[in-house]
Amino acid sequence: MGMSTRLATGGRLLNRARAVEFNFNGKRLTGYEGDTLASALLANNQVLVGRSFKYHRPRGIVASGAEEPNALVNLGKGGRFEPNQRATTTELFEGLSATSQNHWPSLEYDVGVLNNYVARLLPAGFYYKTFMAPRAAWKHVFEPIIRQSAGLGKAPKDRDADRYEHFHAHVDILIVGGGIAGLQAARTAAASGARVLLVEQTANWGGRAPADGSVVDGIAAEEWITKAVEDLEKMDNVHLRTRCMGAGVYDHGYALAYERVADHLPANGQPRHRLWRIRARQIVTATGAIERPLSFAGNDIPGVMLASAVRDYVANFGVSPGDRTVVVTNNDDAYRTAIALKEAGLDVPAILDARPEATGPLARRARDLGIRVEPGKGIAKVIGGKRVTSVKICAQSGEGAALEEIPCEAVAMSGGWSPVVHLWSHCGGKLTWDETNAHFRPDPDRAPTNQDGEGFVKTAGAASGEVSTANCLKDADAAGRAAAKAAGFKPEPGDAATAEAEEVQPMLPVWVMPQGAGIAKRMKMWLDYQNDVKVSDVQLAAREGFESVEHAKRYTTLGMATDQGKLSNINGLAVLSQSLNSEIPKVGTTTFRPPYTPISMGSIGGEARGELFQPVRQTPIHDWHQANGAYFEPVGHWRRPYCYRRDGESTEQAVQREVKNTRQALGLLDASTLGKIIVRGPDAGRFLDMLYTNMMSNLAVGKCRYGLMCSENGFLIDDGVVARLDDDTWLCHTTTGGADRIHGWMEDWLQCEWWDWQVYTANVTEQFAQIAVVGPNARKLLEKLGGMDVSKEALPFMQWADGTIGGFSTRVFRISFSGELSYEIAVPAGQGRAFWDALVAGGEEFGLMAYGTECLHILRAEKGFIMIGDETDGTIIPQDLGLDWAISKKKDDYLGKRAQARSHMTDPNRWKLVGLETLDGAVIPDGAYAVGEGRNANGQRNTIGRITSSYYSPTLDRGIAMGLVDHGPNRMGEVIEFPTLGAGSQPIRARIVDPVFYDKAGEKQNV
Amino acid sequence: MLLLNCPCCGVDADETELAAGGEAHLKRETVGAEDEAFEAYLFMRDNPRGVHFERWRHAYGCGKWFLAARDTVTLEVFGTYPAQTKKPPKAIENALKKKRPDWKGWA
Amino acid sequence: MKRYSAFAIAREAARYHTGWERAWRSPEPKTHYDVIIIGAGGHGLATAYYLGKNHGIRNVAIIEKGWLGGGNTGRNTTIIRSNYLQDPSAAIYEKSRSLYETLSQDLNYNIMFSPRGLIMLAQTHHEVRGYQRTAYANALQGVKTEFISPARVKQLVPIMDISGPRYPVLGGLYQARGGTARHDAVAWGYARACSDMGMDVLQKTEVTAVRSEGGTVTGVETSRGIIGCKKLSIVVAGHSGHVAEMAGFRLPIESVALQALVSEPIKPCMDVVVMANTVHGYMSQSDKGEMVIGGGTDGYNNYTQRGSFHHIEETVRALIETFPMISRLKMLRQWGGIVDITGDRSPILSKTPLGNCFINAGWGTGGFKAIPGSGWAMAELVAKGEPGPLAAAFGLDRFREGRFIDESVAAGVAH
Repeated sequence: MGMSTRLATGGRLLNRARAVEFNFNGKRLTGYEGDTLASALLANNQVLVGRSFKYHRPRGIVASGAEEPNALVNLGKGGRFEPNQRATTTELFEGLSATSQNHWPSLEYDVGVLNNYVARLLPAGFYYKTFMAPRAAWKHVFEPIIRQSAGLGKAPKDRDADRYEHFHAHVDILIVGGGIAGLQAARTAAASGARVLLVEQTANWGGRAPADGSVVDGIAAEEWITKAVEDLEKMDNVHLRTRCMGAGVYDHGYALAYERVADHLPANGQPRHRLWRIRARQIVTATGAIERPLSFAGNDIPGVMLASAVRDYVANFGVSPGDRTVVVTNNDDAYRTAIALKEAGLDVPAILDARPEATGPLARRARDLGIRVEPGKGIAKVIGGKRVTSVKICAQSGEGAALEEIPCEAVAMSGGWSPVVHLWSHCGGKLTWDETNAHFRPDPDRAPTNQDGEGFVKTAGAASGEVSTANCLKDADAAGRAAAKAAGFKPEPGDAATAEAEEVQPMLPVWVMPQGAGIAKRMKMWLDYQNDVKVSDVQLAAREGFESVEHAKRYTTLGMATDQGKLSNINGLAVLSQSLNSEIPKVGTTTFRPPYTPISMGSIGGEARGELFQPVRQTPIHDWHQANGAYFEPVGHWRRPYCYRRDGESTEQAVQREVKNTRQALGLLDASTLGKIIVRGPDAGRFLDMLYTNMMSNLAVGKCRYGLMCSENGFLIDDGVVARLDDDTWLCHTTTGGADRIHGWMEDWLQCEWWDWQVYTANVTEQFAQIAVVGPNARKLLEKLGGMDVSKEALPFMQWADGTIGGFSTRVFRISFSGELSYEIAVPAGQGRAFWDALVAGGEEFGLMAYGTECLHILRAEKGFIMIGDETDGTIIPQDLGLDWAISKKKDDYLGKRAQARSHMTDPNRWKLVGLETLDGAVIPDGAYAVGEGRNANGQRNTIGRITSSYYSPTLDRGIAMGLVDHGPNRMGEVIEFPTLGAGSQPIRARIVDPVFYDKAGEKQNV
Repeated sequence: MLLLNCPCCGVDADETELAAGGEAHLKRETVGAEDEAFEAYLFMRDNPRGVHFERWRHAYGCGKWFLAARDTVTLEVFGTYPAQTKKPPKAIENALKKKRPDWKGWA
Repeated sequence: MKRYSAFAIAREAARYHTGWERAWRSPEPKTHYDVIIIGAGGHGLATAYYLGKNHGIRNVAIIEKGWLGGGNTGRNTTIIRSNYLQDPSAAIYEKSRSLYETLSQDLNYNIMFSPRGLIMLAQTHHEVRGYQRTAYANALQGVKTEFISPARVKQLVPIMDISGPRYPVLGGLYQARGGTARHDAVAWGYARACSDMGMDVLQKTEVTAVRSEGGTVTGVETSRGIIGCKKLSIVVAGHSGHVAEMAGFRLPIESVALQALVSEPIKPCMDVVVMANTVHGYMSQSDKGEMVIGGGTDGYNNYTQRGSFHHIEETVRALIETFPMISRLKMLRQWGGIVDITGDRSPILSKTPLGNCFINAGWGTGGFKAIPGSGWAMAELVAKGEPGPLAAAFGLDRFREGRFIDESVAAGVAH
């Protein structure tokens, strides 16, 4: 019984002095430092590692790197649990705990495998053809079953225990991939003086060359790599990172790299992942190539692996995949695997070479080692269940009649190599079909282009489609040179590393093995292991008319698994093009999307989580609010007190208390968030006349005026009080949410339309704290604090004055959004808290209480004042709100004037603002609609109005509301009905009234 | 992530520093304009697949608006220039004619 | 057309599925059709289907530059809902949603409509008011929605953190019969049904010019020759401006990229669709197990269909706040779709300056959900030459009159 096991010697990446204990499905196992989880599992004879997506077939490790489709595990526990972690790219660490996925009750005995026994009933797209009756069954029966059976890893439950961070890098040249091509490209590029960042996705430099036994500059690749890295590390203009994957290439030279800082050292205090946001003048992708599987019956049985992966496990990790490995190939490279196995003392019963003859130097060497080489042969069928036990061999040219059965524990397959073109393609780089090597490679004439229309990505080595070490090095040197030049540097005539040219026997494209395999065999040939897509599925798609590669992909789900088709895309495409009697390049490829391999959401979010999620804007008085029971509401990025809750009070009770107290005694409002924009200059008045619907140029110095601003589309966008500070200067108040927007709006017009007007604007919102002192006792408080004259005579309503109050230097505006005697007082932001404290201390004897935004809303609603965002919603013009008085008739133009003349804007049937008083005093729900007679052509109830603001008024002890009603102002006294929601609920009847509910004459604010 | 040179402060600004402002060189129509002309000013847009003149604001930088000629398919930037002009500078027009021979030209 | 059923699958299984016929024919173009529809996306195919089914017009060609369903139909986040505020929107989206309910049966093609429920989160007081208003409007429009409490939100979506430090959940607008469907299947199902009615779906056929005489369209020039028609319908989403220019008129449209991504598949953990407009993100879980996430649009004209990363960052960040567990999932793939944004962000189903030419465009970020309703309304417009009640409000003339249909009123983003 030949197990997969650890060899006594070998394993260049292992530290055998350091054993590492880990846990898989509850079993305690041991590996070595330097192992991946995959190599450690194989070393422990754990070949079965998961179940496939659809048929729940047993799945083993196929690859040794990022392309692995099968070996996905649930990793870690609690706040460090992560599903779908690839075992091949998971470095082993002490205490690692992993479980396999997608099975019940266990990996060995999975009930889901029933799907496998009825697989014939479940071809590609079967679900589009059934599960349609009865209609409710899809949602309640079929979909839940499918969902439960699909999906892979478990959903994490706990909050992420790790942290993440972002780095920014600006470099001349980013090189992705630290194999010999990447290293050579870096050497060449760095020699020119360019700033180079070289990233490698694994923990080790050098890529495949050491395991392949390459020789560079006359020395073993491993030695050359060590030296190259040492040389690069000494250079100040070079930055090197391992465990850092080039994840995506975006427009204008933007690139992402994903550094797995602490995946192998969990909970060590470092961020788990680091996302690099890179801006590079040039990018070199030295991303290597990925070996393709061969399509033969049973190619998914655990123990069937890529030939290169078998070689990696032997050479890098000292792991034998089994005593006897049959190699099956269509190219020379797989012979390296046979030779490596043989040299490690393992048995290679046969090399099945689909090519009619095997004449290359590697074939000669294999024969010299005594390995049986069978040209023109392939695999008819792999025998085995949860593990390969033998293969039946056949002629590649035939229909698969078995010639012989060879017992073995592993199959090493190679269908040729495909360059990793993902990063090249992300931003529009185009591909060309290479007949010789049967792969798509980057077309250097159609590179992705940057902001100057120039190509900004080069490829190096195997990523360019080069196969030999010698050519890879030459190509890498050329890429480094070209990138340096394109980045504005002068590359030195260099001393690029070289390798000896190799004689290679051409590969033979083999898309189905054997060539004439019948349907029963083709139904057992897997293209996409994870998603269970077989050769027969792609052929079915073609037969049913899913001829475009995108159709076939979507119909069969080929290439849509977590490996995104790294192993399956080309094979699937070839099968499709054969089915369509077309050529591969004519059928084309699907689109490569970032990222290259999946990256954690945590890393995308970075540091910005929890309290740091978005910036919080706080007024200078924020700490006082916090200490005094404020319940905050977000208003844009600001936090404003909604109300201040005292012991035992509900929010509603607090709001009512605040309203009553402000009306009866004295309220204090932190109005600092209100926008404050200075507009100054010889043309400032003219400018404001364009901006506001009413006239601002004729406002007298020292006076205030309420103004409205509309968009060019005529809609009301903001309002506020404008004060004229001096001949040339106005101060415009905006809403809290409008400050930045309106300032930007002003600048837009000044810079882009009226650029010859002499106007200067400054948004000084945060330079001042502004506090509203409101209520019958307002003047008493200010007079007590002393300083300037705030009497009605000295400072009448709608005027402002500078002066001192209680020793503070202030600007006082006599404006009111409450209907009460009110002073809005601005002080420099740094004085805001001290001034507030002085007001609070002085106000105690006058019954002072702070109030929040909800009280503010009720006070203004009782007065019938509109609120931007309540009475307006982006579709309302001032005329709808009865604000015609604030629209100047004298002006030729203002922003929005022409728009307001359009037919729908002047339509007399537009709903108009009114007050609404419920007959029984109840509060109409916010947002309710009033119904009219009948239904419209679409069967909807006709409506005649809607609520825009609705409150319980503590002052009047009843519900009050404002709303827009069809011909409302002409229907005073009429009663209309507002249906309410919920079973058996009764409509609320309300009378149309004037929107001013309190102090209609406006006497209280003007005292 | 686009990179546009702000002609006011001279820096190459990341897209995240900028706010896009739609088609450039629109002529403001106002009181007195026919309905059709006013509708065109507010809503009708060239929206070309190719050369597009557009407005940007260096919102998280110097705060200035500027204009750019950019290809909406390749995202190539042919140049940026100050907003205080009614048509693109000659240099950009020339560059465009050279790089995009089939460009319909500045109307 | 051979009917699809479990029985048919069993029958075919016996012969290894070698007997299935083409889902749609691949015909040569005829010289003349009663109606040519440019664009074989969901909307174009649905228009054709209802022309045949509701109006008996079957001499129809649907001309597609690439492959059918290859535009936004195949690259959206598949959300279906009708909880719109304004009457015209609610009418057409609810018509659409109700057609989705039986679409699998109508087409004999399982489009996997999954009315799993949809919640739009209210995370500011402003949103609470906006969604309450929508709930009141919906009740009168015949759209079943309700405003639900934070506790009920949590009950429906246990993985959600409703007390997030920055934007706690204050409630939600819930549509129990909202949900998702399989996007490709919608296009394929309609295409199969159209083909079965004798209509020609002409893929890989590019329209290069629109021919007209005296304000009347006579046909189109294509990469496969000149094809004549009595009526022309332009239904090309992100390419509307381009095709309209061929026909000689301009549109109030700008095309921008919308960002989306999916995670790796995991076992079922979320049974409803959640949209969070305050933080610009929405998420659902596909039947395959992927978390399907949509974000915002770029603010500039863009035809690249590529994802841009900074939007993804913002979206993912916001969703981690709302669904902390996704922090340890991985992003599998991101992409961009080109969406037409009109002057009021509502669609256009309209007559054009050419008497026998009609346009369907401007669905912005939310076209998928509208496919059946849009096709229904468009077919009526094309067949009768005048809009029926569903399309009436969506004419091009509204921009001149200032008669907008603005849905941003209730929520900042509309999907």
